[in-house]
Amino acid sequence: MSIKRIWATARRILSQLRHDPRTIALMILAPCLLMTILKYVYQSQPQVFQHVAGSLLGIFPMLVMFLITSVATLRERTNGTLERLLILPISKLEFILGYAKAFGIAGLIQAIVVTTYAIGPLGLKIAGSQWMLIVVAMLDALLGLAIGLFVSSFAKTEFQAVQFLPAVLLPQLLLCGLLVPRESMPQILRVISYFLPLTYAIDATKKVMIGQGSLVNDLLVIALFLIALLGAGAVTLKRKTK
Amino acid sequence: MFGTERGYCNDVSVAVQISNLSIVREGKSIVSGLSADVPSGKIVGVLGPSGSGKTTLFRSIVGVQQIHTGSIQVLGQSAGSKNLRNRIGYLTQSASIYSDLTCVENLHYFSKLLDDSDFSVEEILELVDLTKNRKQLASSLSGGERTRLALATALIGRPELLVLDEPTVGLDPILRRELWNLFHKLADQGKTLLISSHVMDEAERCDTIVLLREGRVLEEGTPSELKARTGQTEMESVFISLVSAQ
Repeated sequence: MSIKRIWATARRILSQLRHDPRTIALMILAPCLLMTILKYVYQSQPQVFQHVAGSLLGIFPMLVMFLITSVATLRERTNGTLERLLILPISKLEFILGYAKAFGIAGLIQAIVVTTYAIGPLGLKIAGSQWMLIVVAMLDALLGLAIGLFVSSFAKTEFQAVQFLPAVLLPQLLLCGLLVPRESMPQILRVISYFLPLTYAIDATKKVMIGQGSLVNDLLVIALFLIALLGAGAVTLKRKTK
Repeated sequence: MFGTERGYCNDVSVAVQISNLSIVREGKSIVSGLSADVPSGKIVGVLGPSGSGKTTLFRSIVGVQQIHTGSIQVLGQSAGSKNLRNRIGYLTQSASIYSDLTCVENLHYFSKLLDDSDFSVEEILELVDLTKNRKQLASSLSGGERTRLALATALIGRPELLVLDEPTVGLDPILRRELWNLFHKLADQGKTLLISSHVMDEAERCDTIVLLREGRVLEEGTPSELKARTGQTEMESVFISLVSAQ
């Protein structure tokens, strides 16, 4: 494995982003706008804002990164650049890790701006540390990226790739305990929720918000999901087509 | 040269050896029972109408196309082997470049992947006549400029074998001549070039040509051999007379 080729790929992707200021603006401003709306939607019930906003801090980057990576890798496939890369001395894992690195950095910047905005101007109160919240939000972004990379190998067109968002991410959103505490769900749904990465992401965010409980298990499980999904993404990337 | 004699697999004079190759895609036979040798240091033109299997053949040589029967030896190794990954330059039919990067950024990325440190990006921009466009985004290049940028990325790493799928399509006559001069220069340096085209008059500039039709070799030889064999003076009519003779 070559760190140099991973870095070269990450730098290439970040340069592509740099030439696309509108995407950068949307990546940073859209979550800030959504947080602002949320704050005023719950103006009469500020405690609901306190409850939901923290969790959403992790979910926005996940959704954004999922969409961006699944479209970006599909674009590499359809415009032939992926085929060009696969005959060069870059391994599939190096390619995937290049993406993870580039969008991990983008996710970190997004997480820093959005949490700072929520805690500052919007007056979101967290009992735990803001840095921990940023770490969790960045892991969520990476999770969205890894899922996006993985599912994009099952999509032949951009239309299909985008449809994976409601198909893959929204069920996790319903089951992760954000809308209804998982304890009050039917047994079968609760069991399923244990196998979904978003569950642990929300769990970690909640713990940071109330400043209680150990994050070690949650972060460990998220890291394992990440490794498994990135590995699966590399395996499903095929050098030869039929 | 091209011929039916086989068996000199590790011969350095043969860059690509294809024997009895068949490729089926989605139930449709694209290449059937194709055998051909590409001699080292020569320009070999693969000519045929669109749909004759040129792109699929090239994809199988660079190792991104599954094959069903037969074998392909590239530079003494089986096509698609790991050791070949810094020895082949590949130009795809629709220029595979990052359109949201500048020319220089595109080339820098490929030279990082190929670990080509002694290679100057400026030098190669000069070679494909894109120096004045170096800071331009690839998306704002014209069709011909895009092709030349993609060709430049294929030249990075000084590959021994260049597989170029329709490199001159859509280019003006002057640029086309310049590119062919470049191809001859590369061949003089000992590189092997495999070039596809559906423009028959480009065959004149190749050392040998393979005429492809419906996934089979219609005829092969030097341009003058083929003309003599068919009694024609232009490649276009050579092809037509070969097809009607079938």
